[in-house]
Amino acid sequence: MELDDLLKQPGEWLKGSGPYSNIVMSSRIRLARNLEKAAFPNRATRKALVEILETVMAAIRTIDYFKSSTLFKVHELDNIDKQFLIERHLMSHEHANSVEGKGLIVSAEEVLSVMVNEEDHLRIQVLQSGLNLQETWNIIDTIDSKLSGKLKFAFLPGWGYLTACPTNTGTAMRGSVMLHLPALVMTKQITKVLNAIAKLSFATRGFYGEGTQSKGNFYQISNQVSLGHSEEDIIHNINGLIKQVVDQEEQARQALVVQNKAMLEDKIFRSLGVLINARIISSQETIELLSMVRLGVDLDIVKDIDRKTINELFIMIQPAHLQKLEGKKLSSAARDTKRASLIRERLGGSHV
Amino acid sequence: MKCDLCQKKATVHLTEIIDHQIVELHLCEDCAREKSAQMEQQFGLADLLAGLSDFGSQIKDQEKEKIVCPNCAMSYDDFKKFGRLGCGDCYTAFKTHLSVLLKKIHGANYHHGKTPGLETPSKNEGQNPQNPPQKPLDVLKAQLQNAIQEENFEKAAGLRDKIRTLEKEV
Repeated sequence: MELDDLLKQPGEWLKGSGPYSNIVMSSRIRLARNLEKAAFPNRATRKALVEILETVMAAIRTIDYFKSSTLFKVHELDNIDKQFLIERHLMSHEHANSVEGKGLIVSAEEVLSVMVNEEDHLRIQVLQSGLNLQETWNIIDTIDSKLSGKLKFAFLPGWGYLTACPTNTGTAMRGSVMLHLPALVMTKQITKVLNAIAKLSFATRGFYGEGTQSKGNFYQISNQVSLGHSEEDIIHNINGLIKQVVDQEEQARQALVVQNKAMLEDKIFRSLGVLINARIISSQETIELLSMVRLGVDLDIVKDIDRKTINELFIMIQPAHLQKLEGKKLSSAARDTKRASLIRERLGGSHV
Repeated sequence: MKCDLCQKKATVHLTEIIDHQIVELHLCEDCAREKSAQMEQQFGLADLLAGLSDFGSQIKDQEKEKIVCPNCAMSYDDFKKFGRLGCGDCYTAFKTHLSVLLKKIHGANYHHGKTPGLETPSKNEGQNPQNPPQKPLDVLKAQLQNAIQEENFEKAAGLRDKIRTLEKEV
């Protein structure tokens, strides 16, 4: 698989199916693992990083599950390719800051990715569509067990998996769920909900993870505690919390439909109108408008567009994706034009 | 304000909870240093104290023993500066300090999740003979050791019983 092949097919997690997929965009679990005795990446020499990368790659090549995966050396990628992988949620911003010895492994359907030598030696990630943490855990657990047959991970029975940052020690697991909560935002309930989540020691982040603002009414909720509870317990707790938030969003959506249907429809169709007619559009504006159209699709107000198309657009309209599509570097102004034409094409505005 | 112990000028102010009573202490640098050494011996609370002021850095060069990881040479001071550990062995080297810190972060300092090597390895992916997974009995014994150190005696008792049963089977 080449990097450009990813452009042709959307990631598995964008297909818009699975439990609660009207509100839950995706479920993600990541595990941090380190090799015993080896210095953690931020303290390792370049030579040691290269050796670790080779050790991990050699182990991965022997495991069947990775047969259809592609292995990238991050320092060999150009800036647009790195940005492209970040936009697809396959690697972090920190990982793109490249020195020799950083690697990325991506499975064909983009279900699985492994960052080598980010903050920890391995950051294994599995992404699924909808609220699907249990299945996500089953996949990642299997892969982790296979890897631990090949690599000796740093582990203490009392403290679990040992990570560079003590906030990840223990299970070294972060489960996160991406939620689309436009009705809670429109009914001004969102702050209340986010405050309640924070009190339960869960973290809320934006569309692009750590340190990002919420965009397009997307919120990512994840566990903060990784020590003292088993992986299954943590997943059970996140699931319980997410179902409550989903329930709140459902109620807010129903309230909007019952009390203010004309206003709601107006907002949704105006958003759609701009999207299928605009000739120049920024990514920020696109994301806000797509959020409204997605709500319209979920509530069956917009009938001839499917959720998968909208989900894909959230990713495709990002700067590096547009430049990969065009096959060359584009200025910011040129991107705004390219973005508008891509949206018209995808949303079936053939007559415009 | 004067030092509670020696009447010199107090520069360090501490609040301790002793027997459910809040006790405020105002200390001069010298007495604080002494107090800190006492507390470190007793409870390993040095980093709590250090967090209160730059008082940690004042004592570090003189009296506080430098803890250094034997595997990667990271010192505990480096860890406090960068917030990231140097390697897996740092956890053993800084055990006392990290136990307090982990409890603060996670509300617990005992792992209850997955253990590598306890799964049955699949036939295709045979285990690496150089790195055999730990035997269940060894794992349990290590867990017992930890439970005792964490003073989690309920858990320790359960583990002890499991070990006895396993040993009988062997």
